[in-house]
Formats: sequence, C-alpha cells, structure tokens
Amino acid sequence: MSDTAAPLKLFAKKERVFPKRVWGTFRKIKWVAMVTLLGIYYLAPFLRWDRGEFAPDQAILIDMPARRAYFFFIEIWPQEVYYLTGILIVAAVSLFLVTSLFGRVWCGYACPQTVWTDLFVWVERIVQGDRAKRMKLHKSKWTFEKIWKMALTHSIWLVIGMLTGGAWVFYFNDAPTLLEQIIHLDVPMSVISWVIALTLSTYIMAGFAREQVCEYMCPYARFQSAMFDKDTLIISYDEDRGEKRGKHKKGESWEGRGHCIDCTACVQVCPVGIDIRDGLQMDCIACGLCIDACDDIMDKIDLPRGLIKYDTTTQLEKRREGIHEKLQIFRTRTFYYFGILAVVGSVILYGLLNRAETELHVLHDRNPLFVQLSDGTVRNGYDIKILNKTHADRHFILSAAGIDGAKIRMQGAGKIEADDLTVFADSVGHFRLFLSAPKPAAKRHEIVFELRDTSGALVETYDSVFISEKP
Amino acid sequence: MRPEKKDIDELSGIETTGHSWDGIKELNTPSPRWWLIIFIVSCVWAVGYWFYYPAWPTLTGNGERGGTEGTAGWTQYKQLEEQQAEIVARKAAYQSRFDAADFSTIQNDEELYAFAIAGGKSAFKDNCATCHGTGGAGGPGYPNLNDDDWIWGGTIEDIQQTLQYGIRGNHDETRFNEMPAYADILDAEDIEAVADYVVAKAAGNALPERGAVVFEENCAACHGEDAKGLRELGGPNLADAIWLYADDRNAIVSQIRKPKHGIMPAWEGRLSPSTIRQLTIYVHSLGGGEK
Ligand code: SF4
Ligand code: SF4
Repeated sequence: MSDTAAPLKLFAKKERVFPKRVWGTFRKIKWVAMVTLLGIYYLAPFLRWDRGEFAPDQAILIDMPARRAYFFFIEIWPQEVYYLTGILIVAAVSLFLVTSLFGRVWCGYACPQTVWTDLFVWVERIVQGDRAKRMKLHKSKWTFEKIWKMALTHSIWLVIGMLTGGAWVFYFNDAPTLLEQIIHLDVPMSVISWVIALTLSTYIMAGFAREQVCEYMCPYARFQSAMFDKDTLIISYDEDRGEKRGKHKKGESWEGRGHCIDCTACVQVCPVGIDIRDGLQMDCIACGLCIDACDDIMDKIDLPRGLIKYDTTTQLEKRREGIHEKLQIFRTRTFYYFGILAVVGSVILYGLLNRAETELHVLHDRNPLFVQLSDGTVRNGYDIKILNKTHADRHFILSAAGIDGAKIRMQGAGKIEADDLTVFADSVGHFRLFLSAPKPAAKRHEIVFELRDTSGALVETYDSVFISEKP
Repeated sequence: MRPEKKDIDELSGIETTGHSWDGIKELNTPSPRWWLIIFIVSCVWAVGYWFYYPAWPTLTGNGERGGTEGTAGWTQYKQLEEQQAEIVARKAAYQSRFDAADFSTIQNDEELYAFAIAGGKSAFKDNCATCHGTGGAGGPGYPNLNDDDWIWGGTIEDIQQTLQYGIRGNHDETRFNEMPAYADILDAEDIEAVADYVVAKAAGNALPERGAVVFEENCAACHGEDAKGLRELGGPNLADAIWLYADDRNAIVSQIRKPKHGIMPAWEGRLSPSTIRQLTIYVHSLGGGEK
C-alpha cells in the first residue's frame, strides 16, 4: 500500500446488481424454461394417477405419515430408499455429462435459484422500471414514490414466496383435500410452518441473496470447474475479434481495432454483475443474456453476431489457425459419464421393473435365544414381517424347511394359522411365530422360511436359524 | 485506560487501543454493528425472560420448587404433568374397553390384544425383569416364563392369580408350600437313592427300586405318583426336561437335603388391576400359556 492515508479495507461491501432488460434468443429460451418449470412445480401435485382403492391417486406424492413415496408408476417403500440413491446418482451424473458438454446450462436455465431470481427481477422491473430507474430509486431518499414502489415490490415477492411454499406442501399431502382445507383456513400446523419457512427462504434467496447463493453457498458452482475441459461449451467473449476495444462512431473504419465498442451492454444485463470480457469466471452462471445483449449491438452497428457466444477453447484455438472445428461430443470424459449413466440407469430400471411385490423378513428372537420345553423338544421364537406391496389383500402360507419334526404355531390376537396369513393391501403384516422341534445335532441349525401364495407357488424365502443350546 | 490523544496506526489509519505487545499495536476495530444489535436485543430479551419464566433461585421460594414464579406460570413440572395427562388421555380410548372386556375377548380383539401386550411388556421390564430377565427366560431358581412347565398352573387365570397374590408372598391369599429338609428325615443312602430315581425318571431310564419306594413314601404326596407334579400344591414336575435349580445329580441331592424356596411377591396393591391384567396377557403370550 503506497497510499498510507486511505484506510485498509478488509471487507468489500457487496454491490447490488441491477440487470438490464434484454431481448433475444437466450432470453426467449429462459422465459420458456421459466414458465415451463414453474408450471410443472405449481401444477404437478394436481395430476392424478389411478392406483386402486387402497392407495392415493396423486401422481407425485410423498406420504410421510404412511411412509410411502409415489411417482407415477413408481412406488417407494421405506425399505426401498436405495432407489432414491440410484435416482440421485443418475441426476448427478447427468448433470456432469451435460456440464462437460454444454457448460452450466443447469445454472443458466433450470436451477430454482436462477428461475426464482429471474422472476423476482422481472417483478422488480415491472414495478420500479429498468436498470437506470432502479439504480436511481435505490440511491434516492425515501420519498413517497420510493416507499410505495418498494412496498409493492416486496409485497409481490412475499406473495410469490408464499405461493412457492404453498405449492411445496401439496407434494406431501393430497392436493385437492389440502386446497379445500386452505380455503376453509383449517390447515395443520406442519403445513403452516413449511409454508412460512419456504416463503421466507424464497423471499431472502431470490430477493436479496441472489447471485451470492451461486458465489458463496452453492457447491455445484464450485465443483463444476472439474467437469470443464477444452471442449466444453462456455460463454466466451472472442478476444481475437473484439480487441482492441474502444468507442466507435458511425462511419469510422474498423481497421486496426477490435469489434467491441465498449458499450458495456453485456455487463449491464449480467444477472451476476460481471464482465464476461475478462474471461471465464466462477461467477458466470452461463445464462446467455450477454450474448443476446451483444448480438443486439452487433446488429445495430452492422457487424456479424457472435462476438460473445457459446464457444470452446479448442474451437477458439483452431480458429486462430483458420480451421473451423466442430463441437466434440464424444470424448473420453463424456464417454465415462455416458458409461456410468448407462450402468446405473439400467440397474435402477432393472430394479424397478423387477420390484418384488412381496417381501418376507424374519427376525430370530434374541432373548431368549431358545426355550427348553418339558418334553425335551426346543422352541425358538421369530418375528415375521410380510410386505404386501400390491393393492389387494392377500393370503399366504408360511412354512419352515430344513428341520425335522418341526411344528409351527402362530401367536397373536384371535386364531391365526401359518397356512392362512392375511396381509392387507399396501401394508406390512407382523406376526409372532413359534417353531418347536426335537434338538437337532447342531447347536445352531440353518433353516429356511418359505412363503407361498394360496396356489402353493413359492413367493419368497428367508434364511434363518434354529438354536437349541447356548452357543 | 485510554490514551489522552488518539493513537492512529500509520499503516491502516485506524485508531489503536493503546495496547502494544513487542511493538505490535492492537487496532481498535469495533464489533460489527449487526453483532452489537443482536447482543443488545438478546440482553433485552433475557430481561423479559426473567419475568416471564421461572428464572431466579430464591431463599424461601414462592415458585413451585423454589425460585421466582414467572408471569407465564410455566414450569417443567407442569409440562411433564401435561404430557403425562396426554398419554393417559390417549390410552383412555382403549383403557375403558380393556377394563370392561374379559380375557378371551381381549385375546380375540386385535386392538385390545396389542394394547395389553404393549402395556404388559413395559410393565414386565419395570417390575418382573429383575428376577425373570427381560425376555422372561428366568434363571436358576427363577422360573422361565417362556416354557410350558408351570409350577402353579399356566392358564390365564392361574397366571393372574400368581401375579396378584404371589407365591410364598406377603398377601393373605398367597399360595404357599415348603419342601421339608430331608437331611433331617431320611438317611443319606435314601436321599442318594431317591435322587437316582428322579434322575432316571426324568431321563426315561429304568427306575431303581429303593428310590421308587422312598419316593412313594415321601415325595409322591406333593410331586404326584408319577412324579409329574401336582399344580394344586405347587409340587414341581420332576419327570420333564425342565429344572428350576439345576439338572445335575449333585444339585438334586442338595435340593432334597436342604431345599431352597423362591418368593414371588404379591402385586396386588403395588400395580393397578389393569396393569396386572396386561401383565397376565403378556406372560401368557410368551409361548407357554395354556388354554
Ligand atoms: S451456481 Fe448453484 S445456485 Fe447458482 S444457478 Fe448454479 S446450481 Fe443454481
Ligand atoms: S457473463 Fe453473461 S452468461 Fe455469464 S452470467 Fe453474466 S450475462 Fe450470464
């Protein structure tokens, strides 16, 4: 520091970004993406999907109290959360693949943080006007105009936040029923707290935090660089063509200078407030708006578009050699991602298509391990769980194989027989089972429980043990 | 102590606190404003808290257990009572039906049965597990409640009676018996002989003659002619594979010479009738319950 008089600042105050309005291809894509994604988010809970009389008919539903998750034809029980792991892996690897090919398209068009921020900025612009007006208003004193404009903006933001939280809870409840409850103001506490939490987080994240979420909070923003390589499409400013930049008057020659007229249009429209001409930066969410802004300017000054465009480092280098290089889709990296995606995807698909409709679980008693009976035989106790994932009541026959002279007795309310166990639709049947047999030779004897349906066909087996002496 | 004159750090232009260590001066950087505001708000909040909730211990104590009362009237004790009342209220839905129903109704009603087992299981762990073990498997001298050998009977009514009044317990209705110490009655050879007889009987081997005579004269009255026990008298079955104390011959001899006797306390008066009924159903369900 040469200037000793200026106090050293360790903290840089965040400059608020006021993105300017822009027209163009990518802006159009973003509008369409926003409407589609928000539409899906708000309307999806109202889609119906028939699953018979014992299961809910909501297409997408996470039913916490009943511990079931439904997604169209997919139905997940708590025992099957590994499907969720699989789905998350597929989502992650797809993201890797897309990123390594096209850069941060997720960030630019689909991430909720981007979509809601975009929506909030739109509200801001409708109420307060475009960039210049907003900046002026921001700096101005608290006049009546500023007060009502700010109040209106924030109220609309809060309403959007509330709708966001309001839509969220529909995914966890039967949507039409909940809607009716909401209309009658008879809403469960859990729903209210979720709505409040999501209202506030939407309001704060999309209203205030905005690009700071991407810069400081989001992990994906950081590790995306690991997926970039020379063949990844990134938004880039063509330095070779643009420099040397400088103001340009109509009619002046372009000889000996670059095409960038330093109008800063690209900077003004940037939602994260950076200058793309400084090169690829961590903050850039690849929204493409600077391309639109720049193309617009190029059209006005009668120069070809594409001073800022989707480009790869390889293409840039080849261009210097005068070669037009095509986008490399098949590369080692994408090959790996494709591979992982194919493998995990087929495993999940296989799992879903071959999902067991019935499951048998047997838990051998630990205390006591075994019971000596007066006639010299030994008895073991087991907790049996039979999962019936179909939408109809079913009957089962349970038997134990692998031990001689065994007798099965069921213990429970009323009269229960092992050859007629009823398990209701969509539920888990719990049973107590006692197995008595003459002492086998081994202290710990391997046995198999066999579950059959009423026709006698084997449905499931479960390996267990019969213990007859202290180990 | 602040220095008279403001000491400004040359490099940063910020005032220092005047403290210096080995020539290094501490800058007077105030805490961030937001931090200060939160700090002040917390202090104000704490003061409100003192009045609203019981907060300060006092010598005499006019609050529930000493200390200031708090205008809200909230205490942890009250909260506990409320939560307990909530549980009782939730149980009430079943409790009255349970109390009105007889054993066979309960055992055939899925809800009531589950209610009884849940209540019985936890009452068992609290009261019975000390002697009978958490799984009811007992131990030497403490009967295993899972098996099918019942000294005083294994029907649901028998079990209820044992639970209610105990065995050799402190209740007027308790059932009682005591095996005499045969060391004072029989000579050593007779004791050996009858021990051999009991061992052979349980194993299903040929029965020694002398032992048979001694058994007939001394033991059959309580343990039955066939040594299979007499439940009315609480005489254990000696002809089966289950032993209360131990199954080796030495242990049998010592039990004949100087018998040990366990005590089952009467639970009437200590547990509510409803809990005793839940326990009855639970013990009956462990696997040995008789019709
Ligand atoms: S950086 Fe993170 S939060 Fe920001 S747009 Fe990308 S994924 Fe969304
Ligand atoms: S630099 Fe361009 S692409 Fe990147 S965030 Fe800004 S406007 Fe979007």
